[in-house]
Amino acid sequence: MTTLDESPPPVGDTARALPRRTGTAVRRLVRHWSVVLAATVLAVAVLWALAPGWFTGASPTRIDAAQKLLPPSGAHWFGTDRLGRDQFSRVVHGARASLTGSAVAVLVGVTVGSVFGALAGWLGTWVDAVVMRLIDVVLSIPGFLLAITIVVVLGYGVLQAAFAVGITSSATFARLIRAEVLRSRTSQYVEAAVASGARSSTVLVRHVVPNSLVPTLSLVTVQFGIAIIWIASLSFLGLGAQPPSPEWGRLVADGRNYLASSPYLVVCPALTVVAVVLAGNHLARHFAERQER
Amino acid sequence: MTPYILRRLVQAVLVLWAAYTLTFALLTALPGDAISNRINNPQNQLTPEDGRTLKAFYGLDRPIVVQYAHALDALLHGNLGYSLSSGSTVSSLLGDALPHTLVLTALGLTFGVLVAAALGIAGSYAPWSRLRALLQSFPALAASVPSFVVGILILDGFSFRLRLIPAVDDGTFLALVGPALTLGIMIAAPLAQVFTAAITATRRQPFVHVLQARGAGEHYVFRHGVLRNASLPVITMLGLAVGELIAGSVVTEAVFARNGIGQITLNAVNTQDLPVVQGVVLISTTGYVLVNLLADVIHPLIDPRIRADILARRAKRPSRARPGADEAVPARLPDEAVAS
Repeated sequence: MTTLDESPPPVGDTARALPRRTGTAVRRLVRHWSVVLAATVLAVAVLWALAPGWFTGASPTRIDAAQKLLPPSGAHWFGTDRLGRDQFSRVVHGARASLTGSAVAVLVGVTVGSVFGALAGWLGTWVDAVVMRLIDVVLSIPGFLLAITIVVVLGYGVLQAAFAVGITSSATFARLIRAEVLRSRTSQYVEAAVASGARSSTVLVRHVVPNSLVPTLSLVTVQFGIAIIWIASLSFLGLGAQPPSPEWGRLVADGRNYLASSPYLVVCPALTVVAVVLAGNHLARHFAERQER
Repeated sequence: MTPYILRRLVQAVLVLWAAYTLTFALLTALPGDAISNRINNPQNQLTPEDGRTLKAFYGLDRPIVVQYAHALDALLHGNLGYSLSSGSTVSSLLGDALPHTLVLTALGLTFGVLVAAALGIAGSYAPWSRLRALLQSFPALAASVPSFVVGILILDGFSFRLRLIPAVDDGTFLALVGPALTLGIMIAAPLAQVFTAAITATRRQPFVHVLQARGAGEHYVFRHGVLRNASLPVITMLGLAVGELIAGSVVTEAVFARNGIGQITLNAVNTQDLPVVQGVVLISTTGYVLVNLLADVIHPLIDPRIRADILARRAKRPSRARPGADEAVPARLPDEAVAS
């Protein structure tokens, strides 16, 4: 490989690496400024979800007919909606539905995927064959449509939508984890555990599965972003969060009719979604690159 | 070649059957359905006897296994059942809507492939590494924007502000552009990412260095070496993209208020019209499976190595592996290229 543009000549590097530790830490932060920014965006979004009261005193559901459709100002950062509710407060409080939903979706996906993937990879034979065919079939149904179908079964709501998205994504997780289990099956620590008399199930749960989960970290982060988008899309279609509870997709759907006069009602929640998903994807890429090294 | 295609065809039919069975199992796990909802509705005028007749007419009073057998038997005769909310056949309902959605997805696919190809090539070959980095960051950005936001922005910008395209579906080609662009942007992002990665990986292959060492220019190498190799994973990805296009039409048609499969899906979901939901899933899965089948047939045509592999394996056990991204750039090639 001939990548000359990236790495500085080694002589200057050793000379610069000598100074104090604090300097290098700051320099690492500066060099990875985009990762720091992404982490900050995610941290703020998580804080919005955990403690919305720290960021806004306004109620997300209090109706004030005298203050409807106000443009953004010092009092209402994102303006007010058609019922005079503070849009910034609705976006901040909406973080809880959106982020909890995505977290549930990823958790369901990883859990279901791990169980199927680990059993398939560990037991092999016909279990593996059946699980793999099942994965193929689930993957052959367009994901978003499968999620909609599951919503038909479960009913409307953020948690139901999250569950649907999670089940849909579990096939991808199962395939990845199966591959990882197959790889770690032949590793020395597994051999050592088996040789020292551990039961097969113990080796699987204590050694193989935890080691297979680490490589899924980057997929988890990517899936987190996808889950936010899908849950928002389901809510936009009216199949997810139900009014009056704020959710980012719902906020965009509600603001749609006022796009010409009050574009900020759509733009602010939409930008929030984009920022959070973008931050998640950026971190995912960072994890993936670090794993390759 | 023929046994290879036949085997893929059988596999495709099996996948369709399994997907149908899975959705059937999923949807019959559901406690309610449109007919029961109508009967249990306190405002309904139906006597309990009428309710029973209605349920019997739709076959909802029979055991699930019998329902499944009947549904499968009807499916083999091309009958997808009856819509529970309107009473018309599911096939006529979907048949009426399908052309609208097909035209839309075809145009969306064209947009998506063009944009992805342009971004992939420009992102790999543009002068200045900063420009390349900028171009390569577009797909990641586009992948982070929900398609309903893209749709709303296109509708607002092109229809309401610039007045370039009609805001409602008036049947003209111009009215298709907005929703097709929305779908195109949605699928262009992953396609461009795969294409860029494939071009980068292919350009690192030793055979490219050999070609360059023998005096071939960048243009020649791209046309004769890189493009073919790098298009294989993209073709695999297209199968996925087509499935997502049909699913994405649910959102896009809702944003642009167009008739089509997406609109029907949404109505069916809201009225718990299970046969229609199942029909939609079957149709879009068929689209996915067909495109994958096509991709599997095209792969050996593009890559002589896969063709040779298939011919060599005919005597041996049939492989279940799909000629995908892993096989697109086999490690074997360098020796051959160097040897020649």
